[in-house]
Amino acid sequence: MHFRSSTPAYDMNIEGFHTGEHLANARAQADARGLDDVLVVDVDSHHYETDNLAEILEYIEDPALKQLAINTYAYKGATSVLVDQPGYQDGGGRVTRYMERKHEKIDLTGRPREVEQTLRWMDALSVDYACLFPTPMLFLGLHPQHEVEVGMARAYNRWLTDNVTPTCKRLKTMLYLPFNDPEATYRMVKEFGHKEGVIGFMVVSTRYKPVYDNAYMKTYALLEEMGLPLSFHASYHWNDQLVSLTNRFITAHAVGFTFFNAVHCANWVINGLPERFPKLKVIWIESGLAWVPWLMQRLDNDFRMRTSEAPSLKRLPSDYMREMYYTTQPMEMVNNMEALELTFKMINADTQLLYSSDYPHWDMDLPSTIWDLKFLSEQSKRNILGLNAKRIFNLDISDRFPAQAPAAGAMAPAK
Amino acid sequence: MPEVFVTTSDQLPEGGRATVRAGKHEIGVIRAKGKLHAFLNLCPHQGGPVCAGLMIHKVEEIIAEDHTYQGMRFNEDVLHIVCPWHGWEFDIETGKCAGDGAVGLRRFTAVERDANVYVIV
Ligand code: FES
Repeated sequence: MHFRSSTPAYDMNIEGFHTGEHLANARAQADARGLDDVLVVDVDSHHYETDNLAEILEYIEDPALKQLAINTYAYKGATSVLVDQPGYQDGGGRVTRYMERKHEKIDLTGRPREVEQTLRWMDALSVDYACLFPTPMLFLGLHPQHEVEVGMARAYNRWLTDNVTPTCKRLKTMLYLPFNDPEATYRMVKEFGHKEGVIGFMVVSTRYKPVYDNAYMKTYALLEEMGLPLSFHASYHWNDQLVSLTNRFITAHAVGFTFFNAVHCANWVINGLPERFPKLKVIWIESGLAWVPWLMQRLDNDFRMRTSEAPSLKRLPSDYMREMYYTTQPMEMVNNMEALELTFKMINADTQLLYSSDYPHWDMDLPSTIWDLKFLSEQSKRNILGLNAKRIFNLDISDRFPAQAPAAGAMAPAK
Repeated sequence: MPEVFVTTSDQLPEGGRATVRAGKHEIGVIRAKGKLHAFLNLCPHQGGPVCAGLMIHKVEEIIAEDHTYQGMRFNEDVLHIVCPWHGWEFDIETGKCAGDGAVGLRRFTAVERDANVYVIV
């Protein structure tokens, strides 16, 4: 694989990329910290569904859409059914695995390439279980044709639960909900909620549908009844009117990945949805953490002045937010540790925070980002790295920790 | 201080690199801008293999006298090495992080003798 530099003298060739070698230092970190003895659940990781798109398109149920998608895919690629956008997640080749992973050689042992490649990074990071999400589908909430979102969501979910999750107990998923179509969203939960490896459902946040719409109430009620968490996965779109004010990817990413989740979360709280669905577990994914104290403070301050606009609330908005769940990545590892420590306190990290790597994306976080935090007790580290996820997803970890004592999660795994 | 053999000089042309294990350290030796540079192959961010990264010149903005933005260019006097895990950039001559001068790579001295390259650890 050829990487172009600023001048040919520094162009670089990388041959024979291997995820395990790319992450050899991560493996060394895990060994040095004894992380193989710690339950690590990665609540947000990714694969590229575009690597298997031809196969997935065959799963589209609508025959007319399928015919269109397959023929268009042949000359145009993934944008036949997915929304593309400008951007350089890999920083123009600086983060090398984007280009390399596609051509990684993997000996197949009866499981899909997807699974083997995922296990390579999981083993390097000492991740026991990973919740796998797609990548370009994170922009699908802005597709102008709602039937395309529904068709692709169903195709992807069927493909994933037919081919990937049943082949490996370590791989879990919160399935994509076609949220622009509330009826299809409800049907998806009903139909796929009991499938193997499905530990919840996921709404891509980047879309213009409000979470308080009455059309979603029966879906929330169903999820609550089934005991399945609902997650909101952040993304961005550079063509979104607000984000298009930014002219650098860094800005588009820093604000874009935050504000859709902030808006949906504010709507969720102010409309009293936690009062209507007190047992529904809600998770906010991939917006980092710094936005949470910001929103808590804004809402609490306004709520005392405008209580009558949020009459369902029996407590302060931040009290409800403290009962929601948040994934760690991309954790703002600022030079000011006090700020991070305060954030952890404000969100009740000990019980509400869930480790996530976001691997293989450019801003991935290793488990050491949690394990090395000096202000956390060892028990808090274990909670955040895996025990909180085990509890809220009701995970059976006996294949990795056969001798585990459920409350400790600290016994030797079968790694 | 012990010297550790890295490679022969002809295996390390301009833009070339080699890594060597010295005790518990992995050290990357790079020939760039006509000189040898040696760093611990461990990024201060999250521990990535920084010496395996792309070398690329520093990017600068072109700001005209009237303060208007006129585009970007490479500054060919300043070469960076980019950690392949997340993209932190380091000045190849100082090892300092381009985005935060308070952190940097751990440097070692590399020497060339009799067409061989050594690093002093
Ligand atoms: S580990 Fe080097 S940039 Fe993150």
